[in-house]
Amino acid sequence: MQLALEKRAERSGTIALVSPLIAVGLTTATMIILFTILGKNPLLALHAYFIAPLTDGYSLQEIAVKATPLVMIAIGLSLCYLANAWNIGAEGQFLIGAVAGSWIAVKTQGTDAGAWVLPAMLVLAAVAGALYALIPAICKVKFGASEILTSLMLVYVADLFLDYLVRGPWRDPQGFNFPTTAEFDPVATVPLLIEGGRLHLGSVIALLVVAAAAILLGRTIRGFGIRVVGAAPRAARFGGFKANQLIILTFAVSGALAGLAGIIEVAGPVGHLQPGISPGYGFTAIMVAFLGRLNPLGILVAGLFLALTFIGGEQAQIAMKIPLDVTKVFQGILLFYVLACDSLILYRFKLVFPSRQVARGDG
Amino acid sequence: MVEAIILAVLAASTPLLIAATGELVTERSGVLNLGVEGMMIVGAVCGFAGAWLTGSIFIGALFGIVAGTLMSLIFALMALGLAVNQVATGLALTILGIGLSGLIGAGFVGERITPAMHLHIPVLTDVPLIGRMLFGEDGFVYFSVALIVGVWWFLYRTRAGLILRACGDNHVSAHALGYPVLRIRTFAVMFGGACAGLAGAYLPLAYTPFFIPGMTAGRGWIALALVVFSSWRPGRLVVGAYLFGAVTILQLHAQGWGVGIPSQFMSALPYLATVIVLVLLSRARSGGSTAPAALGTVFVPDR
Repeated sequence: MQLALEKRAERSGTIALVSPLIAVGLTTATMIILFTILGKNPLLALHAYFIAPLTDGYSLQEIAVKATPLVMIAIGLSLCYLANAWNIGAEGQFLIGAVAGSWIAVKTQGTDAGAWVLPAMLVLAAVAGALYALIPAICKVKFGASEILTSLMLVYVADLFLDYLVRGPWRDPQGFNFPTTAEFDPVATVPLLIEGGRLHLGSVIALLVVAAAAILLGRTIRGFGIRVVGAAPRAARFGGFKANQLIILTFAVSGALAGLAGIIEVAGPVGHLQPGISPGYGFTAIMVAFLGRLNPLGILVAGLFLALTFIGGEQAQIAMKIPLDVTKVFQGILLFYVLACDSLILYRFKLVFPSRQVARGDG
Repeated sequence: MVEAIILAVLAASTPLLIAATGELVTERSGVLNLGVEGMMIVGAVCGFAGAWLTGSIFIGALFGIVAGTLMSLIFALMALGLAVNQVATGLALTILGIGLSGLIGAGFVGERITPAMHLHIPVLTDVPLIGRMLFGEDGFVYFSVALIVGVWWFLYRTRAGLILRACGDNHVSAHALGYPVLRIRTFAVMFGGACAGLAGAYLPLAYTPFFIPGMTAGRGWIALALVVFSSWRPGRLVVGAYLFGAVTILQLHAQGWGVGIPSQFMSALPYLATVIVLVLLSRARSGGSTAPAALGTVFVPDR
């Protein structure tokens, strides 16, 4: 007797609704075991992770600030993944966007440049991110090179390029030799929503991006094409949707969003260009996209939830000396459970008795 | 000087060769496991832990192999047992692996071990130029060569290898002929995990005698690119791994020679080389893909 999968006649709506809850439940159970192994009180740890950050205003703002780049990048990635185009180099596009936008900020530093500076930075960052994402997309479409590998390799290149700029030509002369540009001028900074707070205009842009993606996917032919090409490539060909064109389009859009997220992070919470501006946003966003099931609203929820675990993880480290890497383990486990539970939407478990099994070929 | 460079190239190539050999077998069975980086980094920290606790490099290597295999079993359970998308599962495995290695490794940062011994045969090892290259390496280097030869022999000269390749090219036919596709693929995934774990363990056991978080530095991803580079053939894999090791070492030396190029540009060279090689190869192959036909597709046996 063994356990096997059997395809359901149609996808199960009930399971689609409860599967995220099952996944969160299983993750919580696993985390309780992990905290116990680490010798920490699991209930206090869970409280520090998930409840404490929600109880004060500063942490709530911090969650929104952290979720902003995650959600923006993940929305773009979800378009790629829906169209079966595997962009995993968003981290590189994020960094290139940050570099391109910072170029304007650095060049206008100390001049009396007006209010055009910030909008120009945002546009240039989006364009640069899109162009950087087009490299793997064109390599894929024109030459058939695996976009997974090329987009990832370009992350390392972008990282080194940024490193070169802030240690070389763009280094702040008054920066005591630290690898960083000077602090951006006020006209090159993303405005705060609340005076003296942390929340900035970028979070509003992220919400607009979510709304735009929801409309694109739910209400337009282009969005329908993206979903068809991913789900049924053959049918899409007959329907006149061009897969290659969509690979280019989705890569460009996701690169633009990642680049925009990059400059918003640099011109917002960070305030200057330096190495390590991203604690892996581009990679965490891949998780956000899948946790949100490639659905815009789902991604918004998933982005906020993962941001909560980041902030909670920092607080748990301060309050209970729980290592920061626990957060990454937690995120990885959560993604595994979500993917596993989602499998049950399409399949059901069945007990198979080998003695009665009759070979029927491929049916 | 030349001798030192050749030795450094061999050392830099060996982890790539071991990890890529494992992934080649996995992919030949039709499974795309993108979690090589995650399995490697867990192999690295567990390998270091094993050697640090017991004082034995051999036991450290075994720890690495076991850790990599356990990681790959998570992948097998998800991608083969539950028919989850292999790309998503592989990425999740890498994220989990990086977190786990940081968690386990926190206590080992700053510790040192005695690195793996190098072979020494009187007279032979002392032959100039080729002596140390052929007779003065550590055990991992010799093992990696034996491994790739063994894999070539297995894939092309044994019945089991033929069946494994059949699963990778057409799982429906292989299933119809009565072969247990999922079981064969599970073994292939486990082999890939064992190799990735060993490749990771090589880094703290022989390359540098200490553990630092994130020390795999993208080598797992480069191993994946090497498999594509090799057109899924063991012979070309050897060439690719040593070429790549050579680029890595030469750029380091070029930085030392004071070439007037910023060091960051030289460091980016191996990654740019990977992109260019992938493009050139894919272009040359426009007549048709040499990838296993069923690579990365989900298979749920029809009962």
